Amino acid sequence: MSEQNQMTTRQAQLEQMVHDLLKEAKQLGASSAEAAVSSDSGLSISVRKGDVETIEHIRDQGLGITVYFGQRKGSASTSDFKPGAIKDTVRAACNIARYTNEDPYSGLADAELMATDLPDLDLYHPWDITPEAAIELGITCEKAALDFDRRISNTEGASINSHSGLHVYGNSHGFIGGYPSSRHSLSCSVIGEQDGAMQRDYWYTVGRKSTDLETASAVGRTAGERTLARLGARKISTRQTPVIFRADIAGGLLRSLVGAISGSSLYRKASFLLDHLGKPIFPAHIQIQENPLIPGGLGSASFDSEGVATYDKQIIRNGVLETYLLGSYSARKLGMQSTANAGGTHNLSITPGDLDLNGLLKEMGSGLLITEMMGQGVNMVTGDYSRGAAGFWVEQGEIQFPVEEITIAGNLKQMFAQLLAVGNDEERRGNIRTGSLLIEQMTVAGE
Amino acid sequence: MSDNIEIARSTLLTPASLSDGDLDRVMDQLLTSQIDAADLYFQASRLESWVLEDGIIRDGNYNIEQGVGVRAISGEKTGFAYTDEITLPSLLEAGRTARAIARAGAEGKTRLSRTAPAQQLYAAINPLDSMSEEEKIALLRKLDTEARQQDPRVQQVIASLVAAHDVVLVAASDGTLCGDVRPLVRCNVHVIVESDGKREQGSSGGGAREGFQFFIDEDRALGYAREAVRQALVNLEADAAPAGTMTVVLGSGWPGILLHEAIGHGLEGDFNRKGTSAFSGRMGEKVAASGCTVVDDGTLPGRRGSLNMDDEGTPSECTVLIEDGLLKGYMQDKHNAHLMGTRSTGNGRRESYAHLPLPRMTNTYMLPGQHDPGEIIASVKKGLYAVNFGGGQVDITSGKFVFSASEAYLIENGKVTRPVRGATLIGSGPEVLTEVSMIGNDLELDAGVGTCGKEGQSVPVGVGQPTLRIDNLTVGGTSA
Repeated sequence: MSEQNQMTTRQAQLEQMVHDLLKEAKQLGASSAEAAVSSDSGLSISVRKGDVETIEHIRDQGLGITVYFGQRKGSASTSDFKPGAIKDTVRAACNIARYTNEDPYSGLADAELMATDLPDLDLYHPWDITPEAAIELGITCEKAALDFDRRISNTEGASINSHSGLHVYGNSHGFIGGYPSSRHSLSCSVIGEQDGAMQRDYWYTVGRKSTDLETASAVGRTAGERTLARLGARKISTRQTPVIFRADIAGGLLRSLVGAISGSSLYRKASFLLDHLGKPIFPAHIQIQENPLIPGGLGSASFDSEGVATYDKQIIRNGVLETYLLGSYSARKLGMQSTANAGGTHNLSITPGDLDLNGLLKEMGSGLLITEMMGQGVNMVTGDYSRGAAGFWVEQGEIQFPVEEITIAGNLKQMFAQLLAVGNDEERRGNIRTGSLLIEQMTVAGE
Repeated sequence: MSDNIEIARSTLLTPASLSDGDLDRVMDQLLTSQIDAADLYFQASRLESWVLEDGIIRDGNYNIEQGVGVRAISGEKTGFAYTDEITLPSLLEAGRTARAIARAGAEGKTRLSRTAPAQQLYAAINPLDSMSEEEKIALLRKLDTEARQQDPRVQQVIASLVAAHDVVLVAASDGTLCGDVRPLVRCNVHVIVESDGKREQGSSGGGAREGFQFFIDEDRALGYAREAVRQALVNLEADAAPAGTMTVVLGSGWPGILLHEAIGHGLEGDFNRKGTSAFSGRMGEKVAASGCTVVDDGTLPGRRGSLNMDDEGTPSECTVLIEDGLLKGYMQDKHNAHLMGTRSTGNGRRESYAHLPLPRMTNTYMLPGQHDPGEIIASVKKGLYAVNFGGGQVDITSGKFVFSASEAYLIENGKVTRPVRGATLIGSGPEVLTEVSMIGNDLELDAGVGTCGKEGQSVPVGVGQPTLRIDNLTVGGTSA
């Protein structure tokens, strides 16, 4: 059987399991129910110092059911796919629901919001790679990093991951949807040494298709280059300064935005953007959107985790917050409608500006280019932001020297309002696409 | 302790009609190539959680997991496969996959011998059954009421109860055959307070390898509710935190996350075998001020980070990491210990059967010193007093680490004055403890809330320390 046919057969099996789960729930008296089943397999190989280090064969599966008895809810999940386990799991969920309270806001998403059109989003491209070939790829990648410069003195190795999975969701409205997807990546991390001090950096490439990946030697060289650039890092003195979040770490700021405008933070009043709908939170040149249906996109999905049809939406238009991000529960709590964001966002992006990273550095003049963030340090209730950082000090638009052991601090609300420019150096390796972000001023704590 | 292996056998092997002879057979098959060592890790776990929000029991979840992980090691190479079907054919198939790491070789023969780790640090109970559902729910309601009674500014209370019951059995090519039954409970209270349109949050919790009675004893859970409200109200009044390098006094207990990030990770065996840690090759060197002694101790009864045996069947130990300022020891699992020519210290841990074991911490803490905490505060002219923390992170190679304060105060002229907002503290692991100038006599362990992440795997851990004065640490506030 071809890989494609196997997947089709497997999908039919998982769909049958969802039907069985929902049927069992109904038989046990649930007024409504929803179930999800997933199955993932893959290979994870790591190579270090020119030889294979680990070969891991991945085979994960899981099923979960949520039952509703009127407005009371219970959930259960398991990795056990034996027929008896389905009954046990549904029974466990029903048992939970005996003890939870009536919650007027609980229940499935509204039936009329269910996705009816399930387009093929081109997410499944299995990689027919043998362990031997993957090991060779890893060795090539690591070698390119080690050969980059003689100051690259040690290695954490290279790793290759290839996963294929199936995900099926269904609920008692009659909705059932499922799709296969794949995800492949290659990464490398090496260590450089100068004057007795070590620095480490890494690079990775990821895609739905193996042919979308950067070459092994390109990944290795970039890892080597990034590590080398950090050698000789030092602290700087405490100061107020403009900062640029380089594209590869800038997604964190947008994740904070997503957290702050998500329904669960809003109905709990645990967001610094409470009551900001329709208000400007960014400068007028900022546009942020969600495009869930991009073919082959790393965050693409045609329905959210409640079966609601996803759709393109403008989140920030000309700096103004146009929509919250809601699932059905938080939507009901807020007296609004689901925005198909149960389970998160799908392909969020901030529209790039005209400048590349060098252009942004020139625009900043003197300041800090941040290339690594450490720790959590974000208070979503107040927006207070304080995190560890490393990067480069910039003067007259030119990188001067690497910087480490500093923190950067501010308040997210002000940082958003002071987002002066977005680079066109778009980072596309994840669910959030962004260029480098220039912020007018933050506090750096150092010496 | 013989009970544990019997419970593990009847939970994991008996339902699949697997005998010790079958395990021998799987092991023999694994050892038929150039394999130095191999192990099987059987696991069955049950997890139950309850969440109260807006005054109602909103959500509950029950999770059932079981499976077996098969590992084969040849030199520095590891092959790993796992299956969620505990049956002889699945085990043999996983074994064939894992052993492909090494190809040709000699026949191996193993006979597993039942070994009995000498410690019973927690009872072999199922904490899910330690209280009726009605009692669990009543406890959550009580926490909601308690939090709201503390202050009218409390707007939102989220309280949760979680219990996990983990039964594991380890069979290894060195003859190890042992089991463990691991209860774990956790309770957390999170509150939002509001005053004049200003909002803040506070959170507190605890846990142990015990039943739910732990939370009733000593009114612990009610204490979490009060503490969460107290923290939130303190933060409501807080000013901007200072920015820059200054004297920092860390409170006792949970601020020990400093040791976990700054010292602990850097002393895990894998990083030191590979020479990638800022502490690599520094054994015997002075890495902390005199008087600083740091241990990793998996043998504390009932603690969240404690284990009767680690996930490779090695009894947990109390390992001295730093003794009177000198670097003394690394934390090892079997694989890294073997490659470094030493022995496992009982720190081989894994998130589950579907993950490979790694050297990991258990309960990491610093032993007490001589100073009264009040005397330590009084010694500081200007500085920061940080008593509660959120998470932390470390770059093993550069040694730079962060940990984020969630409750802190200014010290001015030897007195704790105003509260300041949360701020991240950053330092260098090999240097920070050399800046310790006073060690309190008030060693405390955390309340049982720690979870450590490494290579995508989470395991429960503990930390602790006495009050510490650190002369130079960078504080990441906004007030220059």
